[in-house]
Amino acid sequence: MQIDLRTVAIKPVRQTFDNIARRFGDKPASRYQEGTYDVQQTDIFHYRPMWEPEFELFDERRTAIRMKDWYALKDPRQFYYGAYTIARSRQQDAAEANFDMIEERGLADLLPAELRQTALDLLVPLRHAEWGGNMNNSFIAAYGYGTAITQPCLYHAMDHLGVAQYLTRVGLELQGPKALDDAKASWMNAPLWQPLRRYIENTLVVRDWFETFVAQNLVLEGLVYPLIFDRLDGEFSAKGGTPISMMTRFMGEWSVETAKWIDAQIKVAAAESPDNKALLNKWLAQYRGAALEAIAPLAERAFGADAEATLTDLTNEFNSRCAKQGLSV
Amino acid sequence: MDMKATKKKLGLKEKYAHMTRGLGWETTYQPMDAVFPYAKFEGIKIHDWERWEDPFRLTMDAYWKYQAEKERKLYAVLDAFAQNNGHLSITDARYLNAIKLFLCGISPLEYVAHRGFAAAGRNFPGVGPRIACLMQSLDEIRHAQTQIHALSNYNKYYDGFHDFKHMLERVWYLSVPKSFFDDAYSAGPFEWMIAIGFSFEYVLTNLLFVPFMSGAAYNGDMATVTFGFSAQSDEARHMTLGLECIKFMLEQDPDNLPIVQKWIDKWAWRGIRVLTLVGMMMDYMLPKRVMSWKEAWEIYFEQNGGALFNDLARYGIKMPDCVKQCTVDKEHISHQAWATFYQYGGAAAFHTWSPTDEEMDWLSAKYPNTFDKYYRPRFTYWREQAEKGNRFYSNTLPMLCQVCQIPMVFTEPDDPTQICYRESEFKGEKFHTCSDGCKHIFDDEPEKYVQSWLPVHQIYQGNCFTPSANPADPAFDPMLEVLKFYNFNLGHDNMDYEGSRDQQNFNTWRGLATKNV
Ligand SMILES: [Fe+2]
Ligand SMILES: [Fe+2]
Repeated sequence: MQIDLRTVAIKPVRQTFDNIARRFGDKPASRYQEGTYDVQQTDIFHYRPMWEPEFELFDERRTAIRMKDWYALKDPRQFYYGAYTIARSRQQDAAEANFDMIEERGLADLLPAELRQTALDLLVPLRHAEWGGNMNNSFIAAYGYGTAITQPCLYHAMDHLGVAQYLTRVGLELQGPKALDDAKASWMNAPLWQPLRRYIENTLVVRDWFETFVAQNLVLEGLVYPLIFDRLDGEFSAKGGTPISMMTRFMGEWSVETAKWIDAQIKVAAAESPDNKALLNKWLAQYRGAALEAIAPLAERAFGADAEATLTDLTNEFNSRCAKQGLSV
Repeated sequence: MDMKATKKKLGLKEKYAHMTRGLGWETTYQPMDAVFPYAKFEGIKIHDWERWEDPFRLTMDAYWKYQAEKERKLYAVLDAFAQNNGHLSITDARYLNAIKLFLCGISPLEYVAHRGFAAAGRNFPGVGPRIACLMQSLDEIRHAQTQIHALSNYNKYYDGFHDFKHMLERVWYLSVPKSFFDDAYSAGPFEWMIAIGFSFEYVLTNLLFVPFMSGAAYNGDMATVTFGFSAQSDEARHMTLGLECIKFMLEQDPDNLPIVQKWIDKWAWRGIRVLTLVGMMMDYMLPKRVMSWKEAWEIYFEQNGGALFNDLARYGIKMPDCVKQCTVDKEHISHQAWATFYQYGGAAAFHTWSPTDEEMDWLSAKYPNTFDKYYRPRFTYWREQAEKGNRFYSNTLPMLCQVCQIPMVFTEPDDPTQICYRESEFKGEKFHTCSDGCKHIFDDEPEKYVQSWLPVHQIYQGNCFTPSANPADPAFDPMLEVLKFYNFNLGHDNMDYEGSRDQQNFNTWRGLATKNV
């Protein structure tokens, strides 16, 4: 006998899990909420980590930032795994269509030589910097505190890998594997890239994960992405380099989306206490100076005589963005 | 310049190598040892990370595409399940107790796996293994979340699901799986890979997931079947990663062999002890049985695992010693575990019950050497007592093994009537373990296992009461206070299935669906 169970109206005993009800009341909860809040263990660990016996396995003392509730650092995009992968798969469909079109019509071959060289010099070595972004964010995903912030950091780490791979394809598209070898050599030795490589290597040894978040996600991305995927991209489009813009559209959109999430973290952490705010201000000043030095040669290569004006412009925009999150600039 | 000529078509392997390997570099502004501080302390020697063979070649864009497709399908099924009262399709609400154990004991560990693989994905100096670990980290948060989302609907209607993270941290039997993962995550990245990547994901995974997923399929649980089925292709990737990892370590340096062998021995035994809960689930908790624990052990460990270890023999790896004891244990542990939970059913967040005659006959047939001889009389006696209104609940607290944290209920390998105890000494103090396997693990790293947060010891030390508890009050009932500390809904989460709210509700709701009113 086929039973039609749909016909039965049943009153649930409860609407959600207790930890969610304790926060929001016993009412239907979203998948983001049930999949995120309190999912990380907080109490009672059996053994101290052999690799860091001064801390518990998950321990809020791994950063100097203090929060009464780490789940205040929520993701405005409400990304749980399903929402995240579905959002990215749509974007990758668009990116794939762009790469297909460039390949089918041989558009890369039609690029003006000068623009092609600029792309090879500036976009392809950047794949290594993106890999640094992956490492910094996987560090936070591993050692951060509270799923609200560690979860999107893993997504962010994987996004950086995705970007590094799109940049790899730009190199392959423009010149084949040689582009990658040249870019690596340039990343390792060319004066153009040494300041940025030094900045990134310095962030890779930072032990306070919130400091890593500021150095990598707020400051470095907040300056590099507008420089390369907005300003330089504008140059490409204006001078007949639309195929290059097509290959990097993902990055442009992605940085706008992720900046909103990054801002939300900074804003909430800064509003939590004067101590937090002072610390964030200190990190901001320290890393902004270092990052501007690190990207100066790139701006020079991209904009020549206009480099300084472009950087001043970017810095002003970046400062006003930080001011909106409650930081002093 | 002719671009066409330089842009020759790349093979898949070559293309993937460009997409991954080339990304990393030898740092010079900071020493590599500072960038990768946990790569050496375990003593594993790696000479050339470039020799790592990528076990699967998945670029990020392909990952997003495949996984999003799976997520769309999975959530469509879960939505339909919720809309159509899918929970009433299960064989019987008794079944859900297996799933409560899963949500409280397994799903939060998927989450720890996610964090542990994120750490491994940061800590290895090689790019290839790092990317593979990061993808697994991403998969593991998927597993935690899809499980929580799938079982969220049961939580709305049934008891015992409602505070799984809180319970995992505190409840006595949940410290068994919790301490297992704490143990792995507190070790270094290489041991983590042997513990979770190899032993758990490769050697033991079939003994965990196949029983739960086929149990779900046999018992009409579409929610569990859906997330289980959807996770299969992830698991296939995890297995190849685990195997590649162990081969890579063994190929890199002969000095790695004894370390790897020691870890395999340890993690096989740790894992097998945790699987006791699965054995009990298979033999006692499924209204419709799939196969016995003993059969599962024979197929998935003795046959499949045997083939695996034959394959690894060329590296010098031997089958763990503890397997000899498992051949004896497979006849006993599920019965001993269910008997324990039956007695401590007042302190468990799922229901327990006496097996029916039919079920006991099934057990006799599956365990001809042991069930009738050692266990049927006990269950029969308890059932008779329950029928007379004397359902037996133990009020004493059992002693726990210092390593696996299971109560001391297992018997001597050569005498199933004698409880097995082992004793070690460390810094003048005595510590007790349940078996030679656990004693061996303790003796090798006593400084680690003396730290164990043993739930029973903690109760005795007064660490398991809520802040409002008042031991000076004459009416103070310590056991009751402990259950409050666990956040049990007393009388609903615990005690016998017979007469439970789950039983009543399920029967009423099913009645509404199947009868005319
Ligand atoms: Fe998993
Ligand atoms: Fe044990």
